[in-house]
Amino acid sequence: MSKNIKKKGFSRRKFLVRSAIGVGVLVGTGYFTRSIWRRTLADYANTVDAPYMGSTSSPPMWFEITANNEVILYSPKVEMGQGTFTSLAQIAADELELRIDQMKVLHAPTSSGNVDPFATGGSTSVSGLWQPLRELSATMREMLKNEAAKIIGTDVASLSVSEGVITGNGKSLTYGDVVKEVKEWDIPDTPPLKDIKSYKFVGKPIPRVDLEDKVLGAPIFGMDADMPDMLYGAVARPTQIGAKYVDADISAAEGMPDVVKVVKEKDFVGVVATSRMAAENAKRALKVEWAVERDWQTADIEALIKVGEGKPFVIQKTGKAKRILDNESEIITSEFKSPIGAHAQIEPNGAVAFVENDKATLILSTQVPDVTRKEVAKRLGFDAEQVNIQPTYLGGGFGRRLHTPNAVQAALLSKAVGKPVKCFFDRKEEFQNDTFRPPTHHVLRAKLNEDGLIKAIEHNVSSGDVMFGSAITPGFASTLLGADVGAWRGGMIQYGKIPNFRAISWRVKLPFATSFWRSLGLLANTFAIECFMDELAIKAGKDPVQFRLDQIQDDKRGFRLREVIKAAADKAGWRDGVVDGRAMGFAASTDANTPCAHVVEVSIEDGAIKVHKVTCVIDPGIAVNPDQVRAQCEGSIIMGLSATLFEKMDVKDGQLTPTIYGPYRMAMMKHAPKEIDVVILENDEKPGAVGEPPLGPIGAAIANAVFRLTNKRLREIPLELG
Amino acid sequence: MAISFLLNGQPQSVDVDENTPLLWVIRDVLNLKGTKFGCGKAACGACTIHVDGESVRSCSFALKYAEGKSITTIEGLGDADNLHPVQQAWIEEVVPQCGYCQPGFMMATAALLEKIPNPTDQDIDDNIVNICRCATYYRMRKAIHRAAAIKNTNI
Repeated sequence: MSKNIKKKGFSRRKFLVRSAIGVGVLVGTGYFTRSIWRRTLADYANTVDAPYMGSTSSPPMWFEITANNEVILYSPKVEMGQGTFTSLAQIAADELELRIDQMKVLHAPTSSGNVDPFATGGSTSVSGLWQPLRELSATMREMLKNEAAKIIGTDVASLSVSEGVITGNGKSLTYGDVVKEVKEWDIPDTPPLKDIKSYKFVGKPIPRVDLEDKVLGAPIFGMDADMPDMLYGAVARPTQIGAKYVDADISAAEGMPDVVKVVKEKDFVGVVATSRMAAENAKRALKVEWAVERDWQTADIEALIKVGEGKPFVIQKTGKAKRILDNESEIITSEFKSPIGAHAQIEPNGAVAFVENDKATLILSTQVPDVTRKEVAKRLGFDAEQVNIQPTYLGGGFGRRLHTPNAVQAALLSKAVGKPVKCFFDRKEEFQNDTFRPPTHHVLRAKLNEDGLIKAIEHNVSSGDVMFGSAITPGFASTLLGADVGAWRGGMIQYGKIPNFRAISWRVKLPFATSFWRSLGLLANTFAIECFMDELAIKAGKDPVQFRLDQIQDDKRGFRLREVIKAAADKAGWRDGVVDGRAMGFAASTDANTPCAHVVEVSIEDGAIKVHKVTCVIDPGIAVNPDQVRAQCEGSIIMGLSATLFEKMDVKDGQLTPTIYGPYRMAMMKHAPKEIDVVILENDEKPGAVGEPPLGPIGAAIANAVFRLTNKRLREIPLELG
Repeated sequence: MAISFLLNGQPQSVDVDENTPLLWVIRDVLNLKGTKFGCGKAACGACTIHVDGESVRSCSFALKYAEGKSITTIEGLGDADNLHPVQQAWIEEVVPQCGYCQPGFMMATAALLEKIPNPTDQDIDDNIVNICRCATYYRMRKAIHRAAAIKNTNI
């Protein structure tokens, strides 16, 4: 990334401020091009370390300085719980010489020009913005100093800055004072960045910047947004897989009380009413005709998701794994499965939209403000610049808000009535119209050598689309990459000392939408590979921790993985056996360059798997906020536990089911481990991914512990003791 | 016919369809957005409020049953200058991630502490049955114990 920035540089240019206070936003942004996509996708495929792709050439697009000397950072990344706003505030405050309470972080509306052309997701927000945001903040600080020097009448070198106050020549000016005086700004070349060790906030467990709002119940989410004179919409959504809207009899709905209008579009029908309840009632009175090709069943889906079906793509190959495994004897083979997973985020999707003659304004929870803007513009026949998307705090993201056709629907309802309209999914619609985590099937084969180490290993994963199923992925990506990076995330063999290994991704198109779910393929792939590693260790008569350590390669990636494995075993007091009815289970993986290892302590209570303690060791590079790194580990562990023990969507008579919490079983308070011990092994490279890597090893760690307790190898999640 | 009740100590009178879930009255008519919609079927607890001190899931509680009752929402639990012990504990343990479900959990916890001032882990498991997708349960448990300690010290 730093290379990119240098190449692009901060151009020296003049621009005007919009008003006396606040630095205006008049410098245009560069839009992403196909070539960036290609480079980035290829980069992503190779290193799984995506750079930030938005424009970072103009500090004033990112900052506003208020009269009372606060600095507002307009973030193109959204806050969905992952703590990004807090980390960004820490980074900016350090380079801008501010107290943390002088930093505010808001979501950048797309009209500001500060638009992330990609998305918030993939654990890339802090890692991707680490370098650009420090450079932007340092540049903004220098801009303020340069102007202060002119006002004070001294040279810049003699100025000092502390807590947003610039002092020199016996005079002091706040940033707010400077902004008031400046009409035209110069953007200097990027100044040198501070020594990381000198940072006051980066690396410290600063409380979340959104803590008080969230504890007081402030109206910060998409669903909390209102507009003056607003009406309520509801859209009829299909219950059957693959159903296409044909037509609707709207006569009953039209006459209902408080209904303003029934709106028929080419691909949906909706109602607008004066209250949410009236809209919902009228929606139920619509007689919608849907075209359904067939009634799918779970067995149909299982028949599709099978290694050997669909299109294979070799994603990793070293040595002669295939020849060995096809021809030699004593090959160990295991199969694993994972089910369809729902996002089940608590805030449903929806939007508040107001379409006027030549512009549209939408407020919503979205991980893709730019894609949302373009989709709305296209449908309305507008240019993207005529649509302003104001992102809000997300009531959970997890990948569910990377696809936002709900914004288009709200906009069309608003256009039809000429007033703002608020339109949301209900819970059943969420469960049946999700972009699900695809089900997977894995076949692993291995051959041990005479020393009890792996001579050859192969991982086959069959999965529905993840990246290729997403609205944010361009159509040519599948041609470019061949295999779905999202589906095989975590699917490569990470034990590089093994002389022969191979991984194959099998692509299957499913009849319903599948896409990104927190950590993508990592959860299922790590479950399969790390359970299989445990089986092999037992076959070889070796300790599973040592078995892993012995087969990790000696490069830097291997070194970091080995360090987290050793630290996890040490911290947990690893022992391979059952003591007082409890067994430990071990698993580890590297995701997006962040290695993570878990040791779990499990027992069987009243016929159910109970996880008592998780020891988690992670090496995230620089931990910008160690407390939020811990929070992400804790949350990932319990969300992963939930998927491992409980969660599963079925397909019955053409419908995805269940459609409500409860029947869709999820981890609750009573299932959460009483002890979670997170150890952060930092390195001084740069901040890496945090929000997803700890989700990887949890399933395998639990299943490996269960084997020790029951002598049963559970190869399908959710784990069932039977 | 208008339905009258106390909302966070203030008298309110609302004249909409009496079968409207109280959640939508609170959010859309009375404009307090802290109480959240999650499922509409009393299955997730995001809409938890207090009705005469009892924990109630307001998405499934019709307006007509609010007549004459005292209703408390997260906005009435405490404010920035006067935090409820549960809110104080939530801040000290840095519980929220996305934050959407948290008001419901805090309301459920506040009601629990009125009944059981020093809840055990088992009491917490049995009574705090909302859903948090960010899975902040580990910190919530710590915060519930801390809230109990703060509350008992204040007495």
